[in-house]
Amino acid sequence: MVRFRISGAAALLGLLGACAQPAPAPLVVDPYAGRPSAGYTGNLAGLGATAEDFRTTAGDTVLFSQDQATLGAEARATLVRQAEWLKRNGSFSSVVEGHSDEQGTREYNLALGARRAGAVQEYLIAQGVEAGRITTRSMGKERPLEVCSTPECYDKNRRAVTIVQPGAGV
Amino acid sequence: MIRLTRTPTCAHRPKAALPTLLAAVAAAWLPLAGPVLAQEAPAAGAVAEAAPSADAVAGDEDSGPLRIEITGGQVEAMPIAVAPFFDEGGAAEMARQVQQVMTADLTGTDLFRTIPPEAHVARPQGFDEPVAYADWRAVNAEALVTGAVAVADGRVTVKFRLFDIFSGQPLGDGIQFDVEETSWRRAAHKAADQVYARITGETPYFDSRVAFVAESGPKDARLKRIGIMDYDGANPIWLTDDSALVLAPRFSPDGQQLLFTSFARGAPQVMLMDITTLDTRALKQEAGTMSFAPRFSPDGRWIVYSREKSGNTDIWQMDVATGAERPLTSTPGIETSPGYSPDGTQVVFESDQSGSPQIYVMPADGSGEPTRISFGPGRYGTPVWSPTGDLIAFTNQQDDRFHIGVMRPDGGDEKMLTESFLDEGPTWAPNGRVVMFTRQTPGGDGTPRLHSVDVTGRNMRPVDVQGAASDPDWGPLLP
Repeated sequence: MVRFRISGAAALLGLLGACAQPAPAPLVVDPYAGRPSAGYTGNLAGLGATAEDFRTTAGDTVLFSQDQATLGAEARATLVRQAEWLKRNGSFSSVVEGHSDEQGTREYNLALGARRAGAVQEYLIAQGVEAGRITTRSMGKERPLEVCSTPECYDKNRRAVTIVQPGAGV
Repeated sequence: MIRLTRTPTCAHRPKAALPTLLAAVAAAWLPLAGPVLAQEAPAAGAVAEAAPSADAVAGDEDSGPLRIEITGGQVEAMPIAVAPFFDEGGAAEMARQVQQVMTADLTGTDLFRTIPPEAHVARPQGFDEPVAYADWRAVNAEALVTGAVAVADGRVTVKFRLFDIFSGQPLGDGIQFDVEETSWRRAAHKAADQVYARITGETPYFDSRVAFVAESGPKDARLKRIGIMDYDGANPIWLTDDSALVLAPRFSPDGQQLLFTSFARGAPQVMLMDITTLDTRALKQEAGTMSFAPRFSPDGRWIVYSREKSGNTDIWQMDVATGAERPLTSTPGIETSPGYSPDGTQVVFESDQSGSPQIYVMPADGSGEPTRISFGPGRYGTPVWSPTGDLIAFTNQQDDRFHIGVMRPDGGDEKMLTESFLDEGPTWAPNGRVVMFTRQTPGGDGTPRLHSVDVTGRNMRPVDVQGAASDPDWGPLLP
């Protein structure tokens, strides 16, 4: 694995050189799809490639049971990989975004999403990631991944997503 | 019994230059104390003369011959005749519209049904003509509304009278409202409010507004903006754009400010907006925390809200002017959706400290322990104290069905008013007799819409809002 301690654009070059793959289309996690600016303008290419690397090698999403913020075995394994990635890439900070399914009231779900994000944050810190590199926010039930109203969709929507971004770390 | 107070003649709206179109639109309804001049009809006029015994009839609430008890066993709507409103100058179309709005207000309560005009026997030729009671009895009208409208120089004059047909007497004074032409619906609502109040004995609510969130776009990338509309969905205006996710607007007690929750800075944060100027500021918030679910105290000095830190959410109280704040709860559970009792002494909220979300009441000064008041099946949330203090409305979830319900503040007399895939977030009409809430349909095309239901649960209907809408907050009765 290539170890990065360099800025975004250089990181992209490094990735291309090492893997000799065609450049992937920049894939940007946009938690606020539809906003005129998601706040990432100016560094999208580098961020896209790096966020992609984080998602591919660590996995950015952990899932929760109904009404729960408890981390299951699968979630803990993902978070161990996330912590390793963040420790390897010390110039990156992260935002943990907690989500709920649409069952329950808007306000309770905001608090529940925060509880989930908090559980992830706490676990990452316990794995050795500096506390100052992890912020949290809750989206409640406002940004479902799946739009259908079935238990299968709800399972995917009860999640916490870790979004990494360069340059704002320690 | 309701009486209109004479308001000072302040006919002209302040002409402050407003910076944006949005502000100008917002201001159009804002001079709450300005445009509607409620006055008793001039003593020399026929309106007042026609109502000599008004006090005798209307002043005694219990012995009045014409009365609907909303909380009683009333199941049949009262037949009421609305005679065609007269055009007393330049008001042909306006007379029809005022009558239509007034009639819709009354029939929308399900407490009244109108007798179709083609069935009317009496055909009065003018507003001042004596009432042919026998003709109205012949069509089984129990009450009669007559009205006249005039439009001149950008102003609308609406006058109406109410008659008790069986006793053959006027019910209360005739009243005249003068408004700017753009506020003609307010005059219609004011007149309908008078009819409603005189017959039900309740305080009125038609001349009021509702803050809400308008929604557009796909379910996984919803755009939201805050609007304010008349209680019946008319005249929507926009207070925010949709560049940031916004939730749950809440009026100040005087209707001049709005609290809401914004994601503009990433994490949810409570904002305070002056509705006249649209000036908006974020309330004090410690870095790394979230704040949401705010509500004003009845005196407007305090807000209660949810504050989250390190994943845990508690109820906090803030002095709006100084930003001084303190926690009201401190548990590992989620505490949210707080709101004051109308006398300001207690706070109702939801907490999952028992293992599932339930409703609790505690002293607003933090001096005592919370008392749980919800013990029925399922989960409870979003409690809201009625303005009259007698009931708390809430959201209840049983398995995968949602209800809007009401209970007494001690938890007694629980009653579910609605049931659907997803109902949530009740808000009270200013008189505590009707609740508005959000109903969302399931699936990828699922759409939230506003509905209202009265406290008996018998009269549920959608609010006529263009497009998807959620998070209603019913503001005060306008002056």
